[in-house]
Amino acid sequence: MDFLQTLKIALRALRTNKMRSFLTMLGIIIGIAAVIAMMAVGSGASYVISQQIASIGSNIILVIPGSTTSGGLRMGSGGSHTLTADDARAIMSECPSVSRASGTTRTTSQVVYGNMNWSTLIMGAAPELFDIREWPVVSGRSIGQQDVDGAAKVCLLGQTVADNLFGGDDPIGKIVRIKKIPFTVIGVLERKGQSPQGTDQDDAIFVPLRTAQVKLSRSSFPNSVGAVIVQAKSESLLDKAEEEINSLLKQRHRITNGREPDFSTRNLSEILAVAEQSSKAMSLLLGVVASISLIVGGIGIMNIMLVSVTERTREIGIRMAIGARRNDILWQFMTEAVLLTMLGGLIGIVLGTASATVVSNTLDWPTLISVRSILVAFFFSGAVGVFFGFYPARKAAGLNPIDALRYE
Amino acid sequence: MSDVISLTDIRRVFIMGDQQFEALKGVSFSVIAGEFVAIMGASGSGKSTCMNLLGCLDRPTSGSYLLDGLDVGGMDTNQLADIRNRKLGFVFQGFNLLSRTPAVENVELPLVYAGLHSRERRVKALAALEQVGLTGKEFNHSSQLSGGQQQRVAIARALVNNPAVILADEPTGNLDSATTAEIMTLFSNLNKQGITIIMVTHEHDVAEYAGRRITFKDGQIIADSRG
Repeated sequence: MDFLQTLKIALRALRTNKMRSFLTMLGIIIGIAAVIAMMAVGSGASYVISQQIASIGSNIILVIPGSTTSGGLRMGSGGSHTLTADDARAIMSECPSVSRASGTTRTTSQVVYGNMNWSTLIMGAAPELFDIREWPVVSGRSIGQQDVDGAAKVCLLGQTVADNLFGGDDPIGKIVRIKKIPFTVIGVLERKGQSPQGTDQDDAIFVPLRTAQVKLSRSSFPNSVGAVIVQAKSESLLDKAEEEINSLLKQRHRITNGREPDFSTRNLSEILAVAEQSSKAMSLLLGVVASISLIVGGIGIMNIMLVSVTERTREIGIRMAIGARRNDILWQFMTEAVLLTMLGGLIGIVLGTASATVVSNTLDWPTLISVRSILVAFFFSGAVGVFFGFYPARKAAGLNPIDALRYE
Repeated sequence: MSDVISLTDIRRVFIMGDQQFEALKGVSFSVIAGEFVAIMGASGSGKSTCMNLLGCLDRPTSGSYLLDGLDVGGMDTNQLADIRNRKLGFVFQGFNLLSRTPAVENVELPLVYAGLHSRERRVKALAALEQVGLTGKEFNHSSQLSGGQQQRVAIARALVNNPAVILADEPTGNLDSATTAEIMTLFSNLNKQGITIIMVTHEHDVAEYAGRRITFKDGQIIADSRG
C-alpha cells in the first residue's frame, strides 16, 4: 500500500472525529507553542546580554582603588587616590598578558553649549580606552596621545549628549563649556546603547585623561585615576593578566605580603559570563517545562489512539480480512498519530510565533525566533507522534482478524 | 475441472487453559471451480471454524489445505494476508462496510492493499458495482443504503479482485425474505458466470440455491449432497 493512500485514510479518520482530533492535538499545540515562545524569549534575553558584553569590550579587567581608612573613617571601595595614570602605563608596558590599559576618571557636570545645557558624565580617558571598548567616532577624530600629553581642552561627545546639546547641528569644532572651561568638540562617538547595568552609555563626554586630572579635578591628588581599564591579549590570558597586574601593583605600591592591597581587580567578562549563564539556565528551565507539557500532550495522543483502536476493532478486522498486512495496519495508525502531532506542531509553531511577537511588542522585550527552533519543534512533535503512536498502532496490528471481525 | 479447494484431514484444536476442544475432527472435502457450496450445521458444529480456515483467517492444527493449488498451511501472516487479498472474497452477515465511506471506496479497498493505482481501482470498482446492480449508488455512503444494497456493495467488494473463491458467512442473516431472495439470485447469477461460491448458512431455503450442501455436526461432515 502506498504512502499517499495511507495518508488519505488517516486524514479521513481524523476528519470523522474533528472535535476529538482537535482536543487531542491541543496538548501538542500548547506544548509546541510554549517551546517556541519560551525559546524566543530566552534567546532574546541571551541576545541582549551578548550585545551588552560586546558593548563593554572583550577581555576586560577593571582595576579600582581600594578602601582607605583615615582617622577611623573607612572609605568605601574606590575611596583612595592611590591608583595613578602611571600605574596604567606601567600595567600596559610591564604586564606581558595585557594588550592595552587606560586610566579613567569620572565626574558629573553641567555642560553648556550656547543657550543649551545638559548634565552628564565627564570621563577622562587615554586614547587606548576607545580601542579597548571598541568605540569609534562616527564623525571628527578620537582623542590622541598628544591631546593627553598636552592636556588639550578637547572633547568627544556621546550620541545622547550630542543630540541634547546640538539637536541636528554638526557639533565638530564647536565650543562647549564644562565647569566654565571651554572645550573644543573634536568628534562624536558611535551609538553604544545600554550598559549591562541599564545606564545609557551614550550619555557621556570624554576628555583627555590629563586634561580631566589637571583642569577639571579639584582633587589634591592630581595624578590619581578613578579606575584603570585593562584589556588582556586573549580570553585565555585573562586570569594570567589579573595575576600580573596584582603583583605589579603590589610592587609599585609597596604592599608587603599579608597586608591588604590598596586596589582591587575585577574581571568584567566573568561577571557577564555569570549573567549569560543564568539566562541560559532560565531558558533551559523554560524548555524543560515546555517539554513536560509536550510529553503530557503525547500521553493524551496515546490515550485517544488506544480508544480509537478499540472503537475501530471491527474496521481493523475488515481490513485484515480483505488483505491488509499487519504492517499496513501498523502504518495506518502510526500515520494517524504522527499526522495529529505534526498538525498540532504546525499550529503550535504559528501560535508560539504569534505569542512571542505579542510579548516582544507589549512588554518591549526582544524575542528571537530561530529557524532552528521551529525545525526542532516540528520534528520533535513528529517524534512525539512516533513514540506515543507506536504502542496503540502495534496493538491494532496485533489483533486477531477473527476476533476483530466479531467485535461488537 | 480442477479443485479450487482441497481439504485433507483437517483438525483444529482450541486450547483454553488446561482444556482442549477439538472443533474440527479430521475434515476432508474438495471444491471444484465453478461450484456453489452451502455449508450447513447447527451452531457449535464446526462450520464457522471451517469457514475461518477456508478464509485463511485461521490455521489448522493439522491436515493440509490447498487453495487454488497453493499449500496454505505453511504460510506466515503476511503471505496469508496476500492470499486473502488475491484469492478470496469475503461476504459477511453484518455487511462489514466502512462507515462514512462511499460505496465505491469500500469496493476499492482490496485493490488498495493489492497496490493498484487509483485510476485502475476506480475502473474496476465501478465495474464490480455495475455487476451487482448498484449503478447510480456508487458515491452513497453505506449509511444511506438499505441492507440489501449494503450487502451488494459487500459482494462487489468480494468480486473486485477476481478471487478464486467467494466466501459468504450467513450473507442473508440480517435481511428480510424479499431481500434474501434478491441477494441469493445475485449469488446464483454470479455462480452461473463461473464464480466459485462457498456459503455458510443454517437456513434450508437459502441452502437450496446452492448446487451442493455439506452438513457439519460435532466437528465432522455428516452429509455431502448435490442437486
